Amino acid sequence: MKKMFAPLLVIVAAMFAAAPIMIAQAPFESTMGLIQKIFYYHVPSWMAMYSAIVVCGVASAIYLFKGRADVDCYAVSAAELAVLFGLMGLVTGPLWGRKAWGVWWQWDARLTSALLLELIFVAYLMVRKFGGPGSEKLAAATALFGTATAPFVYKSVDIWRTVHPKTSVVPLLASSMPGAGRPFALSSIAFILLFVVLLTLRVKLARQQNTLDNLYLAQEDR
Amino acid sequence: MTVRRIVMALWSIVLVSAPALAFQPPPQSEFVPVTELPAGDQLPAAPYLIAAYVFVWLAVMLYLWTIWRRLNKVEADMRTLEQRQRSPSR
Repeated sequence: MKKMFAPLLVIVAAMFAAAPIMIAQAPFESTMGLIQKIFYYHVPSWMAMYSAIVVCGVASAIYLFKGRADVDCYAVSAAELAVLFGLMGLVTGPLWGRKAWGVWWQWDARLTSALLLELIFVAYLMVRKFGGPGSEKLAAATALFGTATAPFVYKSVDIWRTVHPKTSVVPLLASSMPGAGRPFALSSIAFILLFVVLLTLRVKLARQQNTLDNLYLAQEDR
Repeated sequence: MTVRRIVMALWSIVLVSAPALAFQPPPQSEFVPVTELPAGDQLPAAPYLIAAYVFVWLAVMLYLWTIWRRLNKVEADMRTLEQRQRSPSR
């Protein structure tokens, strides 16, 4: 991964440099106009959050059921990134909604469940930080709960009536709005790669912190 | 008799169409400039779009800065610990 990190960083930077040009050239949606272009950052940020949740959930399950402490670094790093990308979605969404719906926020199924999902991963980080010794297992269980909640949040727009657009908007994007598919694909891949870059850095930090903790423990044992 | 029937028919048409006419919006007598629209309808989109994109970038930069700061702190702590271990015990 060390060898791939620098080229990956360059690719991500190039993609994010090209994204605004492609987004500016993308067609305008008929009813929302310019404000709909928040979509090209809003949806990919949720995609990155879901990727982080999957990594956190899988790593937490391996840690809980197999007892492998080394994968816990991935769980805590991915949880932090889930909160970061979730925050991006929760901020860009209301900015879009204020113009498109006339309100900043609606307590409907999608928006409320997305906020709760974010809070579950905030709770994970708080348990890790303030839970004391042994809190890693409690946090891992919280992560599994959050991972199980994620599909319901995704499908909430199809199950309940909400002001939020349905999940079919993305699969039908290329056919419903020709010219919007490519910038959206570029943004989505850029956000996923950004997630990989940040995860690599955060895992390095988590490993260093583990090494430091072990050094302190070894010194105390002397 | 025929005249009475015609009058009755016309009167009933008026009665039936009256509610429909009453609910019709008043015709536009003058143009309204966009600046006089209700506040919700004249919100410009650009500031919201720019705010969204700037927030995403600020969040990424801030997060990178916190990682860099935490990495530096851990590495400094490790160096201090190594120096303490190397120095002769008192």
